[in-house]
Amino acid sequence: MQTQRLKVDTPLLEARNVSKYFGAVTALRDVDLQLWPGEVLGVVGDNGAGKSTLMKVLSGLYPPSKGSLHFDGNEVQFHSPRDARDLGIEMVYQDLALAGNMNIAENIYLGREPKRKVLGGLISLFDHKKGLQMAKDHLDNLKIQVKSVEQKVEELSGGQRQAVAIARSIAFQARVVIMDEPTAALAIKEVGKVLDMIVGLKDRGISVVIISHRMDDIFYVCDRVMALYHGANFSESHLKDTSRSEVIGWIMGTKENVRELAHDRVK
Amino acid sequence: MTESSNHEMNNEVPWHVRMIPFFDRYGILIVIVVMCLVLWAMQPEVFLSWRNISNIFKQTAANGMLSIGMFLVILTAGIDLSVGSVLALGMMTLAVSNASGVPWPIVLCLSPVMGMLAGFVNGVGITKLRMPHPFIMTLGMLFMARGLANLISGGVPYSGLPDPVRFLGSAQIYLGEFDGTRYNLPIVFLFTIFVYLVFWILLEHTVFGRRVYAIGGNPEAARVSGINVDRTLIIVYTICGFMAGVAGLIMAGRTNSGFPNAGQGMELEAIAAVIIGGASFFGGRGQVLGIFGGVLIMGLIRNGLNLNDVSTFWQQILIGGIIVLAVFIDVLRRDWGTRS
Repeated sequence: MQTQRLKVDTPLLEARNVSKYFGAVTALRDVDLQLWPGEVLGVVGDNGAGKSTLMKVLSGLYPPSKGSLHFDGNEVQFHSPRDARDLGIEMVYQDLALAGNMNIAENIYLGREPKRKVLGGLISLFDHKKGLQMAKDHLDNLKIQVKSVEQKVEELSGGQRQAVAIARSIAFQARVVIMDEPTAALAIKEVGKVLDMIVGLKDRGISVVIISHRMDDIFYVCDRVMALYHGANFSESHLKDTSRSEVIGWIMGTKENVRELAHDRVK
Repeated sequence: MTESSNHEMNNEVPWHVRMIPFFDRYGILIVIVVMCLVLWAMQPEVFLSWRNISNIFKQTAANGMLSIGMFLVILTAGIDLSVGSVLALGMMTLAVSNASGVPWPIVLCLSPVMGMLAGFVNGVGITKLRMPHPFIMTLGMLFMARGLANLISGGVPYSGLPDPVRFLGSAQIYLGEFDGTRYNLPIVFLFTIFVYLVFWILLEHTVFGRRVYAIGGNPEAARVSGINVDRTLIIVYTICGFMAGVAGLIMAGRTNSGFPNAGQGMELEAIAAVIIGGASFFGGRGQVLGIFGGVLIMGLIRNGLNLNDVSTFWQQILIGGIIVLAVFIDVLRRDWGTRS
């Protein structure tokens, strides 16, 4: 994996000098991000460091105020999440963005429903049967177990919902999946399953960007980690070249040893 | 989600939770059958007479049109308070233009077209003017449409319409004569069945319909899934207005006139029918067949109370109580049936 990546000289997804302003507030300042093919990149930072904003820029929900996005080496502009999706960039939102009143299959295909034409193409109907079968095959393929794809999402546990949200993100030739705190709302015993799913995405050659507060998550799934601080790049490293306490230090805005910092503060 | 409730779901589901799908499917049917039996027992001669039954069909048709449009709106967790006034606006446009000599094929179309326009304005207001809640925009339309209806008619009724315009509201098919009774089937009953069938296909079997449900379930999820939520809502309110216009055409046909205070309070009857029919104010829940049942229940209540000479004052009190009960049942169902 490591050597393979070194041969590739173009990042799959890249943000160059991206700034984002909300009125007078600067959420992002000249941020650079590279995501290489087949890698899992962890993005860390304190609350308000700009992680979620950066993810929303990458997924097409917010246009950047300044700077540019590049996909496969070409500059791209996203006017809506749909544009990003068309390139294979999917986002799994923190609040999961599922419709609880609809079944698993319908959630997986929401916005991209399978259709069948009737009356000689005059009317296009929603193809229930095909949707159910495709959803079932897709979940089987990902080894996600549910009672039935016709189960309503509101009847699922938090971990099952997260699994459906992830399954949904890679249902249509995804190349990049962006996840905002995928384990934050889960029971402890469900966290492991979700992390293994993320590793599974990598094995399929999908690049992943993951925001997390949990060092356990970062050090379990990521190849590389980058830290934002006050809306700007702070530091980044391959995972093997860093340590938990160093990354925690980045989150707090220091490159010194964290223990000393804590000590200083007490004084 | 805690461990204990996880357990509960997997092993032993309480009986009242297990019954939810059954009552979701058959609850309204049971209520209708029970109501029919009670009314039949109270008025054995009159209630089941063909005359009375076809009367129920005729009287509920306009509410049926308003209710199915309202259902679409409530599915998106919205509300349309303007349908009663829009009905009157459609009706008066029709009656006034007829009186001023517009040919009947155009007159026939005017009420639905007027309704569509009002609904479109509602939809654009709610989405593009970013009204905080559909309540506001449609409350405004309630007054504007009523005002317009009065303005174009000078506040007076117009009567006398050509037969083709009256057809939908008043025509009947002669079925035959048995035991000295003439059996006529109102056209409007067949039309109601047809409209509900179209809405069933629209909601259950088109991509548009499934997206309406998705928007009601979680508008944010719909938006990030690439669904054009604003456009869908505009279409939904336009359809609702269109149905109000159709109701105006039916009522004009039935009464052979247009009167500017028509449909007053009917928006509330439509909302009542939709809620009794199993839709949820939270959006995303309910079926077309249930709404049909809700409309029928409203019709049966009115009919039964009239047959038994109950005063309209008591009718209002009773219908109010039934609405509260229906919503309470919806609340219970959500509490029992949802994990969160």
